[in-house]
Order: sequence, then structure tokens, then C-alpha cells
Amino acid sequence: MARTSIEEIAAPPTTPAPPRPAGGGAAIRLSDLWKTYGDTIAVAGCDLSIAAGEFCTLLGPSGSGKTTTLMMMAGFAQPDRGEIFVDERPITKLPPQKRDLGVVFQNYALFPLMTVFENVAFPLQMRHSTRAEVRERVARVLEIVELTGLEARYPGQLSGGQQQRVALARAIVFEPRVLLMDEPLGALDKKLRSALQLEIKHLQQRLNVTVVYVTHDQEEALTMSDQIVVMRDGKIEQAGTPEQVYDEPWTVFVANFVGESNLLEGTITEIDEHEVVIEHPAGRLFRALRRGDARNGDQVRAAVHLERLALTNGEVPTDGNSWPGRVREVTFLGDAVKYAVVVGETRPSLAQTLVVKENRRDAAQRFTAGDTVTVTWAPEYTKILASESSG
Amino acid sequence: MSIQRQAHDGLAELAVPPLPRHLVRQGRRDWTLIMLLVPALGFLAVFFAYPMADILMRSFDGDQGFTLEHYGRFFERTIYVRVLLITFEISGSVTVLTLIIAYPLAFVLATVSRRTAAILMAMVLIPFFTSILVRTYAWIVILGPEGLFNQVLGGLGFDPVQLLYNRPSVLIGMTYTLLPYMVLTLYSVMRGIDAQLVRAAYSLGASDWNVFRRILLPHTMPGIIGGSLLVFILAVGYYITPRLMGGDRDQMMATIIEYQVDLLLNWNFASALAAILLTITLVGFGLYAWLVGLRTLFESRT
Repeated sequence: MARTSIEEIAAPPTTPAPPRPAGGGAAIRLSDLWKTYGDTIAVAGCDLSIAAGEFCTLLGPSGSGKTTTLMMMAGFAQPDRGEIFVDERPITKLPPQKRDLGVVFQNYALFPLMTVFENVAFPLQMRHSTRAEVRERVARVLEIVELTGLEARYPGQLSGGQQQRVALARAIVFEPRVLLMDEPLGALDKKLRSALQLEIKHLQQRLNVTVVYVTHDQEEALTMSDQIVVMRDGKIEQAGTPEQVYDEPWTVFVANFVGESNLLEGTITEIDEHEVVIEHPAGRLFRALRRGDARNGDQVRAAVHLERLALTNGEVPTDGNSWPGRVREVTFLGDAVKYAVVVGETRPSLAQTLVVKENRRDAAQRFTAGDTVTVTWAPEYTKILASESSG
Repeated sequence: MSIQRQAHDGLAELAVPPLPRHLVRQGRRDWTLIMLLVPALGFLAVFFAYPMADILMRSFDGDQGFTLEHYGRFFERTIYVRVLLITFEISGSVTVLTLIIAYPLAFVLATVSRRTAAILMAMVLIPFFTSILVRTYAWIVILGPEGLFNQVLGGLGFDPVQLLYNRPSVLIGMTYTLLPYMVLTLYSVMRGIDAQLVRAAYSLGASDWNVFRRILLPHTMPGIIGGSLLVFILAVGYYITPRLMGGDRDQMMATIIEYQVDLLLNWNFASALAAILLTITLVGFGLYAWLVGLRTLFESRT
């Protein structure tokens, strides 16, 4: 949903043609990457392929190993085991200054004693560009990030958003083929974040640079990425397109970290071509999308996103799942309303709460606490999750 | 006057947050604070302000009242001016030496893990807590003709080296005792530098040399200036080390003041010498306050 609406809003690029790296973005491959700090395993065997020109987001809570993975790519942390390839060339032995990757740091890391111009010129000077070339390229990149006129300012005289743009300009001015970004929008307020998300995305597309982006914000990941890599406890939990990760979560963790889901437990009692029938401990039967490895009698968990559920107090459609219950709590969200509905109350110990998120189409709130309702949802949005052996 | 104001501002920033209101009753607060300062102020007034004023008065005191003859004598006689130049020369050399030794040391301290830093810091500071007299004598033992240094040298088949009662021994002794001031000043500044800046510089293609030249050096400049002025100011007034470890040509201002007081009983001329030394020190402090602010003298960032 979010993606289509953003593409509608997005204005066509009006800025002049940006500097374009000769070969476009580079492909990145991580092979069995490990990193421990003392007794803590920060990254535990990551394998990942990022295509040339792809926007790849490492998404996970703090401590999931996403920043460590990025720092190993940048060269600030040395993996204990494994290799990182850029266009199939191993780089783990190279020091950071030889990797030729653009890095945008969490707190921008702008040089406070240098002006905007000097900051952006720095990587060019390090590459021994001529004065004229430095002037021209800095001017061009500042135009792209819309900071023309602020060349003589110091970082301390800029707003957070402007500092972010300087950091971005400094990281792309030397035309790296890969851009690594560590929660670059973390310190900004929500409005500015959304605006800069779009700008970064547009910039990435125009420069055709490969971006590896670290964030803990699932909305940001869904908005910007070609590939989302969900990380947890140093391992990759699931990697795929935003649609895949959102619509087909493999695990409970992904189902809850990317979007919000209701979890339904039960035993498979029937399997047909596309769907399975699951019996909830409270006795209710519901249908879910079939998974290849599903077998009769399996104990499974299935996830349904909150917005896939609907409430009715009238006729219940016969072709989908339904479960009568009672509204326990109503939460007003502005553009939507969340209802917590208790179902299966005939056997209180097995009763479950289903959360329904309903977009507000009209002013009136349809139900209040205590109302008797029926929750309905489609089997195709009910995804069986992989059984979790660990954690 | 701006120096004084800056010094005042710097000290004001050190002040602890005010006590809770109920401890200091409103309206009597200023009076209470003054009362709390009485012991310290009283002590300083009797044992510092009064003698200082007395010294200044004596330095202008002649047979017929006010005179500038003592100051005139200082600048007329080449021997005294030469001692002043030697004082500057030794102090300047010591400042440069401490800077050269302390900068890499402070960098290591600021870079290594907290535990290693604590151990290294203790190694820097523990000698600091020992009496300067003990440490100077220790150096005399080490550097003497029969000392550890020359024994090792002899064992390796070299001729003994004269390392006592000359310029090198004064420089060794003073550099050693003043090193902690430089290390601490540089360390506190280096600890304040965001490590991300160094990482950013590397990620942008900077070599080690360029990271030093473009990032570390400019950001540690307040520490370099501050530490250097501090060491210089302290060195200018040094007495024990040059007295015990130096030769005739390595005696500094403090030594000739002592000579005038102890042997010649020329209190007025000694006072003039002290006033000149004090002026040099104050100019140093003024520069320090103007360039870095006195705050950094007392502050240590963690």
C-alpha cells in the first residue's frame, strides 16, 4: 500500500544529470560472515547477495547485527570468518580508505572545523583531484542535494536535515559504486524523515548506485528497498522484496517486526490443493494458505496482518474464515481504528484476542467496547509460519 | 581585563549546581556563601595576597622611597638578562620535548580500551604523587657517573657519558616531571574527539597521514596550545630540578632569586626578580585564557 502511494506522490526528478559512475553500482556478496565481541556473537554466519544498483535494507532491532554487518563492509570491523565480495572481488583484507565505498554515518560525522564546501571537497582532495575539478564537482553535488549557497557554512550552523544532505553529498561526490548508510535518518523528525527517504531513493536510482541501508524502522525499509534483509540475533531471518517480507513472513519474528500480525495456533486437520484447515485449540476451524511442507496433524502457527481482518455485526460471508467475539478495547489512530476482539470465550482458558485494524472511511466509529461482532478474514492472507526450533 | 573576565567565566562554569532551596534560605544565600568562603579567603589573604603585595612593594622600594633601580639593574647587567634567556630556552625545550613524548602517548591512552587506559594512566600519574625532591634524586642516581645509565653503557662497551650537572640532565629531569601535565591536557582533548570523524575520514579515502593532518591535528590544537602554555608556565618558575641537576650555565630565574635572598640578603632586588617572573607567568596564563579558556585546565572530559 505504502509503496504505490509514494510512487504517486513522487515528483519527476528536475535536477540536472548527476555524476554517474562509469560502471553503475557494484554487486555485493557476503559469504558466511561471522563476528564476535568477547562472548557476544554479533554476526553469526551471514550469507547475502545484493545485486548491482539494488537498494538493500538491513532491518532489525538493536543488537541484531545489522550495524556490525555494515561496519564490516565499510572496513571498520574485521570479520572473524567469512568474506565480503564487491563485484566478486574479496575486500576484507583492504583497509577502509582503499575500499572506495561511500559511508553515511548515524550522526553524520561531518567535520565540525570544516565548512560545507571543505567537507564535501575532502574525499576529492584525498584522491588528488585538481582545484578546478574539486570546485566543479562539489558545486554539482551540492546542487543535487539542494544546498547551493551554503558552501561557507559550518556544520554547526546547519539544521539536522541540512547536515544529513551534506553527509550524503560528501559520500557520493567521489562517485563510489556502493553507498553504505547507517540509520542516516535516525535523528530527524518524522516529517523530514519521509521527505528525505524519498530523496535518497530518487538519488540512488539516478546515480544507479548500490545502497546498503541499515534501519530499525520497518516503514522506512518498506518504502525504500528493493530487498529487505530482516536480521535477528546476528542471523538473517528472511530476505526478499518488501512485498515478500511483508506478505509472506517466514517466522513469527518477521510477521511481528514487519507490520503487525495476529498469531493463530492450531493443528492441521485437512490439506487440499491450495489451502489447509487448521483447528484452533478453542475448537474453531479456520483455513490458511498451504505451505509446501505442511502435513496432517502438524502443530502450526499462522499469521494474519491486522488490516487483513474485518469486523461485521451482520451477515457473515461463508467462503472465508470467521470467528464471533466481543469487542474489548477500541484504539483511535486517526486514519484507522484498532479493535481488540476476544474470541473463543466459551472456553475462557483458550480464548484469544484478535486485533483488527480498520481504515476509517467515514466519521462514525462503527463499534464500541462490549459489542458483539464477528471477525472475518480470507484464507489467502493467513500464512503458516516456519516452526521455530530456536528462540 | 578580558583576561580576567574570561578567567572568571571559566571558573564560574566549574561551580556545582546550587544547593536545594531548603538548605540555603532565600535572601540569606549570598551571606551564607560568603561565610563558607571565609576560611579559604582568610588563608589566602594572610599567606598569599599579603606576601605578594609585600614583594611587589619591596621591588619598588629604595633608600629614597619609590624607585625603579632594581628593575633597571636587572636589564643593565647582561648576566641577569642571560639567565632570563636561559630560563626561556630551557622552558621552551622542555615544552617541545614533553609535547613530542606526550602526544603519541595521549593518543594511545585515548584509543585503547578503558582498562588498558587506566593502567597506562596510573603509570603516568603515580610518579606524579611522589615528592619532586625524591624523583630528582632518583634521576641523579640513575644518571650519575656510577649510575645505572652509565653502567649499562659501560657494559655494552661504551665510554661513560656526562649526564649530570649539564643541560641534558636538566631537560631530562624537567621533561620527566612536567610530562603528566601535557599528557592529561592532550588526553582530555583527544577523548572529546568523536571517533566517527576519524572513521569518516578513512571511509572518504584519507591516508593515516591525512587523517592526522586534516582531522586529529586541528581538533587537538586546543590541547597542544593549552598543554604547551601550561608546561611552559610551570617550567619558567622551576627551581629544584635545575638547582640539583644543572650546571652553572643551566640556572634559571628561581635560582638567582634564592641566591639574592639567601646569600646576598638583597630582598628588594630579589623581589624585582620575582615580580618579573610573575609577570611572565601571568602573560602565559593570559595567553592560555585567551586561546583556550581556563576551563580546560581543570576540566577532564570522560
